[in-house]
Amino acid sequence: MRPETEAELAEMIASASGPICVRGGGTRGVNLNGDVLETGGLSGITLYEPGSLTLVAQAGTALAEIEAALDAEGQRLAFEPMDHRGLMGTSGEPTIGGVVAANVSGPRRVSVGACRDFMLGVRYVDGTGSVVKNGGRVMKNVTGYDLVKLMSGSWGTLGVLTEVSLKVLPKPETAACILITGLSDAEAVRVMAKALGSPFEVSGAAHGPLGPDGQPVTMLRVEGFAGSVAYRAERVAGLFGDMDVRIESDPEAVAGVWARVRDGAPFHGVAGDVWRVSCTPTLSAGLAAKIQADGVLYDWGGGLIWARVREGTDVRARLGTFDGHATLVRGNGQPKFQPEPPEIAALSRGLRQKFDPKGILNAGLMG
Amino acid sequence: MQMPQPDASVLSRKAQIVDRLRSVLPRDAVISDEMETRAYECDALTAYKCAPLAVVLPASTEEVSAVLKVCHQMGVPVVPRGSGTSLAGGALPTADCVLLGVARMNDVIETDYDNRFIRVQTGRTNLSVTGAVEEDGFFYAPDPSSQLACAIAGNIAMNSGGAHCLKYGVTTNNLLGVTMVQMDGTVMEIGGAHLDAGGYDLLGLICGSEGQLGVVTEATLRILPKPEGARPVLMGFDSNEVAGACVADIIKAGVLPVAIEFMDRPCIEATEAFAKAGYPMCEALLIVEVEGSPAEIDEQLALILEIARRHNPVELREAKDADEAGRIWLGRKSAFGAMGQINDYMCLDGTIPVSELPYVLRRIGEMSEEYGLDVANVFHAGDGNMHPLILFDANKEGDLELCEALGADILRLCVEVGGCLTGEHGVGIEKRDLMVDQFAPADLEAQMAVKDVFDPAWLLNPAKVFPLAASESRRSVALAAE
Repeated sequence: MRPETEAELAEMIASASGPICVRGGGTRGVNLNGDVLETGGLSGITLYEPGSLTLVAQAGTALAEIEAALDAEGQRLAFEPMDHRGLMGTSGEPTIGGVVAANVSGPRRVSVGACRDFMLGVRYVDGTGSVVKNGGRVMKNVTGYDLVKLMSGSWGTLGVLTEVSLKVLPKPETAACILITGLSDAEAVRVMAKALGSPFEVSGAAHGPLGPDGQPVTMLRVEGFAGSVAYRAERVAGLFGDMDVRIESDPEAVAGVWARVRDGAPFHGVAGDVWRVSCTPTLSAGLAAKIQADGVLYDWGGGLIWARVREGTDVRARLGTFDGHATLVRGNGQPKFQPEPPEIAALSRGLRQKFDPKGILNAGLMG
Repeated sequence: MQMPQPDASVLSRKAQIVDRLRSVLPRDAVISDEMETRAYECDALTAYKCAPLAVVLPASTEEVSAVLKVCHQMGVPVVPRGSGTSLAGGALPTADCVLLGVARMNDVIETDYDNRFIRVQTGRTNLSVTGAVEEDGFFYAPDPSSQLACAIAGNIAMNSGGAHCLKYGVTTNNLLGVTMVQMDGTVMEIGGAHLDAGGYDLLGLICGSEGQLGVVTEATLRILPKPEGARPVLMGFDSNEVAGACVADIIKAGVLPVAIEFMDRPCIEATEAFAKAGYPMCEALLIVEVEGSPAEIDEQLALILEIARRHNPVELREAKDADEAGRIWLGRKSAFGAMGQINDYMCLDGTIPVSELPYVLRRIGEMSEEYGLDVANVFHAGDGNMHPLILFDANKEGDLELCEALGADILRLCVEVGGCLTGEHGVGIEKRDLMVDQFAPADLEAQMAVKDVFDPAWLLNPAKVFPLAASESRRSVALAAE
């Protein structure tokens, strides 16, 4: 199925009796039973006002098209969505609807927020074929319940997105990266906490096998106007003057290395399951040790652990109870999402039941 | 504004209900005397008043849970209340409700600078959250005008904003986790010191749900390192259009000020008479504030001033020190107080696309003349959140109704141009009946379905947010089921 309009999509869902697998660009490795419903026919930027920092697009619009339009006005999606293709070994064109449905957020999550924090409005078709809108196209809006947040990250299980409205931000003039080598995981986590707790607006804090030969590097990023970036990079580096620290100020090199963090590049083309664990940052080194992973990458100052393990490994069993959750990004041997405590699971089931009473949208994935 | 008929079966059981509440709470935490419950008869939307059946002031999550269990079992509606500063009537009681105030729960539970969060009980005031961390160089970003008094519980319920959300976002962007008690007394932890949800974003759903999904008793809030410094600049223009264009140009140039505040002539005149901040008399005034080290501030302000000069400002005033910065903010910060000196006023809260600013201000001017009521505009220009202040005389017969009608027309205008009814105050009872102007029946149905899941009997703050006609079948089913 490949609807060309929202009305067609609504009709298809209203008349569907069996499971439907919702697909944007098919780059994030969701392969479920059921008729495939492609959103690519719902494409195009419907409104873009740079002076209002607002962009509205149909859900099947290619992410590349949106990024090009923003780039032409010196703006960007600040939450830095990852490209899953390298990690998942998929091809195709990621769509903005897919980014929103999966709440895909990159390294800048730690400073500016997640995809869901930039979402202003949605239109979607629920599991009964009813068209619903929530939010809008303005930056401050508390009119009614925030279903925009609920839809962001619901992986198409509560409704199929048809249009999304996003807050965009100016692209900074330049960026610099402070690189520190020779740190253990625990030391790196302390360094990242100190940098993120400084007033110098660090917009990225990662640690992992990111050196030219895969040796561990701790990276801190600052962005903004040139004078300010130079000043803040010096100040941040100065916090760690007794360590092996240097500043990379070539913006292209900085962009390149952060794209590697964003996309989990150290795990591309290497066998094994890949997990993302969201946790209390300062507990991350200890948690990562429990996972006994074959490869680890820390982002969000430690708040996000990427871990590569042997296929089928039950990472959640190794982690035990902790403040956070583990998601299986690549692999099939375990449930994709962290099982919820009973009282939360009851609410999730209840929502699923209301929004998709037939249980046909990406059945089995969530809720 | 219509409220549903109080449930006679609840009113007639007052004594039993109070007895049950007293059995689960300390003696002084249950108020049932009519003279005393009157202290809770309204919030900051003072035009509407109704004393509750009883007031409870629990001191812990366990006590909240016990109260809700009692009310759930006895079929009694509950209206949660933070500090009672809602401008939308979010904490307005009904005669048949138990008003649950969280004011006694105001402790800081944990402060963690390495992980940049603070965990508090939600009766704590907004400003005192920052107060708890500022000596260590941190702050809590959302800063509603009522921050001295308003509680975190209310901030979460209404998803409150403030002057600085262009850069830092609103409550939902700074909320990491909550302890919430459901209407049946179930206690749950949602979110925590980590980022984002492992399943559905229930935290995002709860924030801004106006106390209708559960009672939030504790919250984990993101705290941020304080910037090295901040400095405002004031600019005056001879038309709203030009000021609006200047705002758009600043944003397009890639500067992201922490605040861009806008005042129109009626507002400037009123605040000047009241606060004597030395503002220029002009059609439109902008206050733009940027943050960073002194050199960074210079860099950003140079760019902003260059843009402003292209729009032929009648006044450009850069703060050179803290004293001058204070004077620039003085008028803006006393705007509401100034209005209160002149008249009674109603403060609206619609948001519009920034590009529609000049058109909307012109139309508001026209409507103001048609209705014969003055309107002053002060608002957050960077994000399009308007606060038109309609001046009226509460003692003059019919003036409140006239004011409400004008307010409704202005909010419909906001919706018409692609905006919304409320940017940061919430719907409450004030905008409840206008929801049909912004949402189709299916849109409201989807939202009410969420309440069905969290509070199937519709006992929590039931007569708010949704038009009474739209929610009636649900509320009456709940009553019939008793």
